[in-house]
Amino acid sequence: MDRIGVVLCPCELEGVPLFNPEVVVETLKGRGEVLPLIHDPPICSESGMEAIRAFVENNELDRVVVACSKPELFGPPFKKALRRWGLNPSLSEVLGIPPAPERASEGGIQEALRVIQNGIDEIRGRKPSKSQKSPFVKRVMVIGGGITGITASIDLGNAGYEVLLVDRLPSIGGRMLQLSETFPTLDCAQCTLTPKTVETGQHPHIRLITHAEVESVSGDVGNFLVKIRRKAAYVDWEKCTGCGLCQEKCPSKVPSEFERGVGLGKAIYTLSPQAVPNKPVINREVCRYFTKGKCRVCEKVCPAGAIDYDQEDTLIEERVGAIIVATGFDLYPKEEIGEYGYGDVPDVIDGLAFERLNSASGPTAGEIRRPSDGRVPKEVVFIQCVASRDPERYMPYCSRACCMYTAKHARLYKHKVHDGRAYIFYMDIRSMGKGYEEFIQQGVEEEGILYLRGRVSRLFRDNNHVVVWGADTLTGKKVEIAADMVVLATAMIPSRGAKELAEKLHIGTDEYGFLTEAQWKLYPVESGVEGIYLAGCAQGPKDIADTVAQGNAAASKVQALFAQH
Amino acid sequence: MVYLYFPGCTLYTKAQNLDEAGRECAKVLGFELKELSNWTCCGATFPLAKDNIMALAPPVRILARAKEEGSTLTTLCSVCFNVIKRTNQLIKGDEEKREKVNTFIEMDYQGDVRVLHYLEILKQEVGFDTIKATMKRDLQGMKVAPFYGCMLLRPFEEMQFDDKEAPTIFEELLEAISCEPVDFPYKIECCGAFQSVGAPEVATECAYAVLNSALKNGAEAVTTTCPLCQFNMDSMQKEIHEHHNDFRGIPVIYFTQLLALALGLPAEKLEFQRNDVDPRPLLKEKGLI
Repeated sequence: MDRIGVVLCPCELEGVPLFNPEVVVETLKGRGEVLPLIHDPPICSESGMEAIRAFVENNELDRVVVACSKPELFGPPFKKALRRWGLNPSLSEVLGIPPAPERASEGGIQEALRVIQNGIDEIRGRKPSKSQKSPFVKRVMVIGGGITGITASIDLGNAGYEVLLVDRLPSIGGRMLQLSETFPTLDCAQCTLTPKTVETGQHPHIRLITHAEVESVSGDVGNFLVKIRRKAAYVDWEKCTGCGLCQEKCPSKVPSEFERGVGLGKAIYTLSPQAVPNKPVINREVCRYFTKGKCRVCEKVCPAGAIDYDQEDTLIEERVGAIIVATGFDLYPKEEIGEYGYGDVPDVIDGLAFERLNSASGPTAGEIRRPSDGRVPKEVVFIQCVASRDPERYMPYCSRACCMYTAKHARLYKHKVHDGRAYIFYMDIRSMGKGYEEFIQQGVEEEGILYLRGRVSRLFRDNNHVVVWGADTLTGKKVEIAADMVVLATAMIPSRGAKELAEKLHIGTDEYGFLTEAQWKLYPVESGVEGIYLAGCAQGPKDIADTVAQGNAAASKVQALFAQH
Repeated sequence: MVYLYFPGCTLYTKAQNLDEAGRECAKVLGFELKELSNWTCCGATFPLAKDNIMALAPPVRILARAKEEGSTLTTLCSVCFNVIKRTNQLIKGDEEKREKVNTFIEMDYQGDVRVLHYLEILKQEVGFDTIKATMKRDLQGMKVAPFYGCMLLRPFEEMQFDDKEAPTIFEELLEAISCEPVDFPYKIECCGAFQSVGAPEVATECAYAVLNSALKNGAEAVTTTCPLCQFNMDSMQKEIHEHHNDFRGIPVIYFTQLLALALGLPAEKLEFQRNDVDPRPLLKEKGLI
C-alpha cells in the first residue's frame, strides 16, 4: 500500500488569513481519505524542509503531495531533497494552488481542495519511472547550432561531456552567420564566429548532426531517448571533399533564404564558404533534376562521386541525459505588414537582408546596392519597432536588439556611402548594454544620422523612390521622405517549428511561441522539465551578448546536473 | 433578395445622385432596397467618449426598427455605415450599454441585425461576375481612381471591411464594369472630413493631396461612396484652385453613377448635374452619354 502524505504551505500574505487546514482534513476524510498532513512552518524555509523530512520519516511515507502557490520555484529543490532522503521524486507531486489572498475565498478553498485531491489520485499507484532504474547518461543534446548552441556545446565539450549538436540547416552558425558586423564594437561577425564554428566542428567531444530535426523525445532526466531525422542531402558527405565544384557548375540560380531575398543561391549549396561542415545539400524543390528530370550536372562534375540522388532521410536514435534548446528566432514577415506594402514594394527590406547587403561574403560583396536596380541608395530610411511594441496589431513586446542594430546599420551605411543620408524613425532608444549608449551617441554626433522620433504610417513606390510618410513627434510635423531604400527592423519571433518542438519536449511556450523558463528572474534557463534547459532567442528576443551568456548558463546547469550523478 | 435600406439625410438632399443611381442599379441587378420606415439621422458620428451613451440612441433606434422589418440593413453613405455598424457591434458585445440605451429608447435591441454596405452586397450577394454579365455599356477602360477614405475601413477591428491596409473591393467593381482602376497612394487617406466647416483650408489641402495624387497617377475621374468625401473633393475644387494654380481639376463621380452607366441606365436619370465638377464632358468624350 502506498504511503501518501499531504504538505500544505501556509504562506500568508500581509495578514490575509489562510483557510483552516482542518477543512482539508475534513474534506479528505469525507472522501474516505485518512492521510497525514502538515501545514507549518512555511515549506520554503530551512525549518520547513526539515519539518517535511521529519514528517516523511515519522509517517514512513513513500510519496508526498505538496500544495503551494509557487510550484515552479519549490518543485526543483524539493525533488532534489526527496532524492537525498532516499525517496523516488517521480512518485511525488508539487502542485500549484491559488496564492494566499484568493485561497482564503470560498472559490480558492474549493480550487485548492480540488488540486490536492487530484494530486493524490495522480500519485496513488503510480509506478516508479524507468529512469530511476536505468543508468544516468552523461551526454547532452543541444538543439540549434547558432551562437547560443555553439557556446553551450563548446563549454560542455571542454568539460569532457559528449555533445550532440543538432541543426536544421546544413551547417552551424545560425543567424550570426548572416550578420555583417556586430555592435557595439563593429567586429566582423564572421571573423568572430568562424573560429567558434571551426572549434565546434573539430572538437573531439562534439558530434554535429546538421540538416536534421528532432523527431521525438521520450524518457526523463538522465535518460532521454531522442530520435533525430537527418534529412537527405543527396550528397554522400563521407565521400564529399567540400571542393565546391558542384555549386560553381550548378545551373539553377534561385532566391536563397539565407540571402533574405537580396541575393541568389544555387540548387546545390552550402551556406557560406566557411561552412561547418563544409558539405553541400541539394534543395529538391528547385533542383532541375528533381523538378524536371534532367540535368545531373553536379553528378557529372563531382570528382569524388559523392552525389546520390537516391539518398533517403535517416533516423538517428540516441540516449542523452540532458537537452539544451536553443532554436533561435525568425523575423516577423514583412509580407504581413499592410501599411508597408505587404512586402510588395521593391527596395523595402528587413534588417537581416541589410546585413547580407553589407556583408563581404554577401551578394553584393559588401557594397550597399539596392535590390531593384543595383544603384547605391543615397537616401535610406530605417524604421524601428516594425511589428514590435504594437499590441493592437502585431507583437506587444520590445524586440530588444533593434535599437542597436539599426544604429549599427545606419553607421555602417554612412561608412560606405559618405554622401548618403540615413534617417531613423524610432519610438524610444533602448541602449542598455555596455558601450551601447556611447555607440548610439557617436552615430548621432559624429556621423550625422538623423533620428526622427515617430512612426511611419505608410510606404509606397513612386517611380524610382520609396515614399515614406511619417511623423516627427518632437516638432509635431508630418514628414515625407522620398527614399531610395527602406530597412525595416521587424520584430523577432520564435523560429519556425519552435512550438511543435516544445510540444515534443513537453516544455511550455508563451502566447507568442517563445519557450517559457521556469521562472524569469531566478531560473532563466531552466524549462519546467528537469534536465531540459533553454537558451538564447528561443526563450525571448535578445542580442548576441545576452544570448551567449545564456548559452554559458545552460551549459553550466548541465554540468552541475551531471556532477550530481 | 430584400434589403432594408437606410438612405440617411444627405442622400435625400445633396447626395441624391448617389441615392437615385443606387436604387436604379438595385432594380437592374435584381435585389430590392426596401426603405426603412420612420428612419432618423444616424447621429452622424460614432461617439468618441465611452460614456456618451446618448449619441448611441439614434443608431440603436434605427437598428431596432430594422429588426422589426427585416434582417439585413444596408447603406450607401460611408459615415452612416460606420456609425451603424460600430453601434451594432457595441450593442452586441456590451451588455451594460445595451441595457442603458434600450431603457432610454424604450425598445429592445440585441445587436442581431446584419449590417452591410452596398458594395458588400454587390460583391458577396450579387457577385461581380453577375454584374459583368449584366453590363450594357462598355465604360471604355475609363481610368478611375477609387477613393475609400476613412469611414468604410476604420477602425479596422470593428469595420472588418475588406483588407485593412490595401482594400480592393472598389478596384474589383471598377474592373467588372470595364473601367481601369488607378492605384494611388492616397486611396485610404482622409478627405478632410468635417474640417471643411471650421477650418476649410485644412480640408482643401487634404482633398488637394488626394486629387493631385490621383491625377499624377493618370486618373480621369475619382470615385467615392461617401457624400462627405464627395463634398470635400468635388464641391471644394474651386477653393483648391484658389490655393493651387497648377491644379487641373478632375470629376468626382459616385460609384453608383458609374455602375448605373455600365448597366445601361439613361444618363438623364443619374443626376450628373449635381456633381459640381461636371463629369459630362468626360463621359461625352468617352462616348458614354
